[in-house]
Amino acid sequence: MSETKSILLDPLVDKNPILLQVLGVCSALAVTTSLLPSLLMCAAMTTVAMFSGAAISAIREHIPNNIRIIVQMTIIASLVIVVDQTLKAYAFETSKQLSVFVGLIITNCIILGRAEAFAMKNPVGASFLDGLGNGLGYSAVLIVVAASRELFGAGTLLGYEVLPLTSNGGWYEANGMMLLPPSAFFIIGLLIWAVRSARPKQVEKPDFQIHEVHRTEVL
Amino acid sequence: MADEQAGRSRDSIANTLIVAISVALVCSILVSASAVVLRPLQLENQDLFRKRIVLEVAGLYEPGIDINTRFSAIEPRLIDLETGAYSDAADAATFDVLAASNDPDMSIDIPPELDIANIRRRSTLAPVYVVRDGDRVEQVILPVHGAGLWSTMYGYLSVERDGRTVRGLQFYEHAETAGLGDQVDRPDWRAQWQGLLLFDADGNPAVEVVRGQAPEGSPHAVDGLSGATLTGRGVMDLVRYWTGPHAFGPYLARLAREADRNE
Repeated sequence: MSETKSILLDPLVDKNPILLQVLGVCSALAVTTSLLPSLLMCAAMTTVAMFSGAAISAIREHIPNNIRIIVQMTIIASLVIVVDQTLKAYAFETSKQLSVFVGLIITNCIILGRAEAFAMKNPVGASFLDGLGNGLGYSAVLIVVAASRELFGAGTLLGYEVLPLTSNGGWYEANGMMLLPPSAFFIIGLLIWAVRSARPKQVEKPDFQIHEVHRTEVL
Repeated sequence: MADEQAGRSRDSIANTLIVAISVALVCSILVSASAVVLRPLQLENQDLFRKRIVLEVAGLYEPGIDINTRFSAIEPRLIDLETGAYSDAADAATFDVLAASNDPDMSIDIPPELDIANIRRRSTLAPVYVVRDGDRVEQVILPVHGAGLWSTMYGYLSVERDGRTVRGLQFYEHAETAGLGDQVDRPDWRAQWQGLLLFDADGNPAVEVVRGQAPEGSPHAVDGLSGATLTGRGVMDLVRYWTGPHAFGPYLARLAREADRNE
């Protein structure tokens, strides 16, 4: 039971795919200008992570080693197409805003990473939960980033006005930079800083030590 | 020992082929099934979106209205592009202009020197939407398309009843670069089109997407899109083609004469 729980909950903070492994950042930067498309992106990504994990795990005993990456990619790509088609049918306008990024879930390193590292070695149920957990971990970061960008960049959340803008007679001066890609970098950076301060174990060992140079050595 | 045997057979050529083929088969069935099942809903969405763009370009769209109801209030008509006269050769509401452009009996080749929009063929008939104010034509909405940088862009151009002044321009389908070419959808850029004059003093198409800022007070120019020079040029060329003598030119001239007569 506790193992199931840790499969599901660890990726939220302790082993968050974006914050600890710094994977899947590309889409986290691109789709987070407002909250609604981000939520849709999270749902799409989590769905693909869950079902690709389960499907790959189900046939893991049969996948030949030499073509395993191709088999994984085929399964992931098919699921992404199905999700993309579904979004086009049921959430047309928002899926237009996501444009290519739903398709790019295929190349999201989190999904292939979990398939290769977890689903290939674990039973179906656990792989499904692992996909769910990692999807939720990805979603948690995306939602925080998107909410702060939409709130401070446009003064709204999900399109509803929260901070009345000066241009509409309110008091809040919109920070246009929040709507540009660099702001997502700053916010993700701050999140990583916060999480690593709270969980010092996540801090990586430095690749090299800065050596103190004595005057005699220089000469 | 058993493990080793399982490992060998798993990596054998036969097993590799079996797994590869069955995975491919299952996945392709899944993908094609979802594409086929969801197709009608997607088409409906696309159609609704296209209607919304028609309403937006005409300035008739407000969030929350029922698009189909509002759309049914504007009148679809067919134009014979050669003469610019209204035509009853087919049902205007269901006329599929894109299918017609590929049908040899219903379309013509565009001479290369006239084909600035890079579309090669066009339908001989074209559907337009006429918005009336009582009996009088208030504006007409023309379908336009042409090559951008990567993709063919499809949109609507709304022209005032005088046949010379732009009311709006908006695209409902294109695949230009996200963040650069897709600035054609930016509301502030689209707003610059309003009030633009389509023709110069000699009646030639004169709309211009300039590099950088449009000169103050110019009746024909809009700002360039930074980082999207070629998409901008595509927009300029397609508007020039479709308002030119080989496309809607004769129809717009008729509108202008009619408006002058009524004045």
